[in-house]
Amino acid sequence: MAKQIRIALRNCGVIDPERIEDYIARDGYMALASVLTDLSPEAVIEILKKSGLRGRGGGGFPAGIKWEITRNVVADQKYVVCNADEGDPGAFMDRSILEGDPHVVLEAMTINGYCTGASRGLIYIRAEYPLAVERLKTAMGQSRSMGLLGENILGTGFNFDIDIRYGAGAFVCGEETALIHSMEGLRGEPTVKPPFPSVEGYLKKPTNVNNVETFANIPIIINKGWKWFSSIGTEKSKGTKVFALAGKINNVGLIEVPMGTTLREVIYEIGGGIQYGKAFKAAQTGGPSGGCLTVKHLDTPIDYDNLIAAGSMMGSGGLIVMDEDDCMVAIAKFYLEFTVEESCGKCSPCRIGNKRLFELLEKITQGNGTMDDIDKLRNLGTVIKETSLCGLGQSSPNPVLSTIDNFPEEYHEHVTGKKCRSKVCKSLMQYLVVADKCIGCTLCARNCPVDAISGERKQVHFIDQSKCIKCGACMDKCKFNAIIIN
Amino acid sequence: MAKIKLSDKKLQELKDVCKSFNNEKGELINVLHKAQSIFGYLPAEVQEVIAKELNASVAHVYGVVTFYSFFTMIPKGQHPISICLGTACYVRGAEKVLEEFRRQLKIQVGETTADGKFSLSCLRCVGACGLAPVVMVGEKVYGRVSPDGVQDILSEYNN
Repeated sequence: MAKQIRIALRNCGVIDPERIEDYIARDGYMALASVLTDLSPEAVIEILKKSGLRGRGGGGFPAGIKWEITRNVVADQKYVVCNADEGDPGAFMDRSILEGDPHVVLEAMTINGYCTGASRGLIYIRAEYPLAVERLKTAMGQSRSMGLLGENILGTGFNFDIDIRYGAGAFVCGEETALIHSMEGLRGEPTVKPPFPSVEGYLKKPTNVNNVETFANIPIIINKGWKWFSSIGTEKSKGTKVFALAGKINNVGLIEVPMGTTLREVIYEIGGGIQYGKAFKAAQTGGPSGGCLTVKHLDTPIDYDNLIAAGSMMGSGGLIVMDEDDCMVAIAKFYLEFTVEESCGKCSPCRIGNKRLFELLEKITQGNGTMDDIDKLRNLGTVIKETSLCGLGQSSPNPVLSTIDNFPEEYHEHVTGKKCRSKVCKSLMQYLVVADKCIGCTLCARNCPVDAISGERKQVHFIDQSKCIKCGACMDKCKFNAIIIN
Repeated sequence: MAKIKLSDKKLQELKDVCKSFNNEKGELINVLHKAQSIFGYLPAEVQEVIAKELNASVAHVYGVVTFYSFFTMIPKGQHPISICLGTACYVRGAEKVLEEFRRQLKIQVGETTADGKFSLSCLRCVGACGLAPVVMVGEKVYGRVSPDGVQDILSEYNN
């Protein structure tokens, strides 16, 4: 664990999240107190700008500048929104922070309110996270009763209170304009930016939207100073990033490493290497919006800019490791299926284009693809990226484009050789019985869900390819390794 | 489709929910969450009541209900089964687990068994990727589920 530094996760698992006293004992609400009594909003924003903190939700926009923009707009009412709509499959750091350290989010939102001139905060959270909601409600009750939230906070005359709004299962609502519409009780469809929410957001008022992990960095930056924070990380990406390690790796779970840590350190030193000693093939970052990092990226320092240069993106920090058994064409298809389902349907490049991308990938994985289809994927993908309305469509072709760039040979094999080297694409494989290994135990035939296997007891069995649905049950059941995939 | 008669008691409960949010149109999603927990699902009749209470058009309410995957217009089973098809679960074999549930329950995703006991749905990530593949039955989470374990999970609810 030597490579890890805990900033955003510093209290998770250390304190009892249901006791405000525990949080206070770890310098909780110290930053709020010093901000309200000693610092002007401009001074706080200056600290943030100098710290180099960038938005942890994926885009990487400098947090201090966002706060400043919201501050500089003149309006009778402003809002602070915490984006806790962690819809990215494979990412669960926001949930961990909300469940393990809810007060840090409340404290940071209150500081944000002071700096931007907002008196109301809203936390937009997924309905799938009931425990996080409970913990937040408990925390809000505690801080209100201690005068840390609500009216006249710490006797300074500053008022700020927070409400919770629920998501209802729509990935696109992580996009800030869609999120705002969802909070207004509408369909979560995005709108063109500008105007940015910082200028015109919730109920048409200036709204500062930051992600949970971004907020979790704020109090400690104020307590320890911007110099300390900016000493960690790379030149343009300061501090740490939480990653959710998952997939074919030995140690799964959350890690927090300084920006600039290499993929090799993450996978082999912290993650303990690939499961069952298999070969590393790719790491997917940024979820359905991101791309794949491969063996050649193992020694690239991970930060916002390097990931974009590698055709991926930071995203919210899901890091899914794939090994030699994962087919990259099938993975691209998997992500497209997700995007097609989650596209809100408002703009046509995303609604129709992604559907066409998905169909092309389906054609290839079924063994009907041509080389022309690969070019079509590339061209169409580029058009979707350039013409979609919001971040979802602008990034949805990334998994396709990045797998074509990094694993062209796998696409070619599917198309010209009608072969899937990872044995994932069912249409391209056949289950066969090896005659000299089969002892005729009948176990496979009894477990075949479609009765595709025939053969007498103690005789070599036979799989009828026209009936076989390629579920693999026979191979899983066979005790003699007598069934192979061709 | 035949009209469903809502019980007076539940109807009153629904109206109280709308009132607790000041009958504000902007609170529609919160109202729908509560309504779904009262009725188990959101049939057209419920949507009509909500539209009237919040002074919104039925089309607007319907538009929101159908936009979000959390809301359903089909009654769920007594034990709703959700299979996570997030990336982490996918690479660890969630599709085979889903296939096994479909086979054993003889229903497709989005359907409910004839006896109303189980319904099957997919979801994207419950944030328990360390336990992949993950299956939820009601509020209970099962981790590291294999196709062989499906039978055991179902039998917990079959008695």
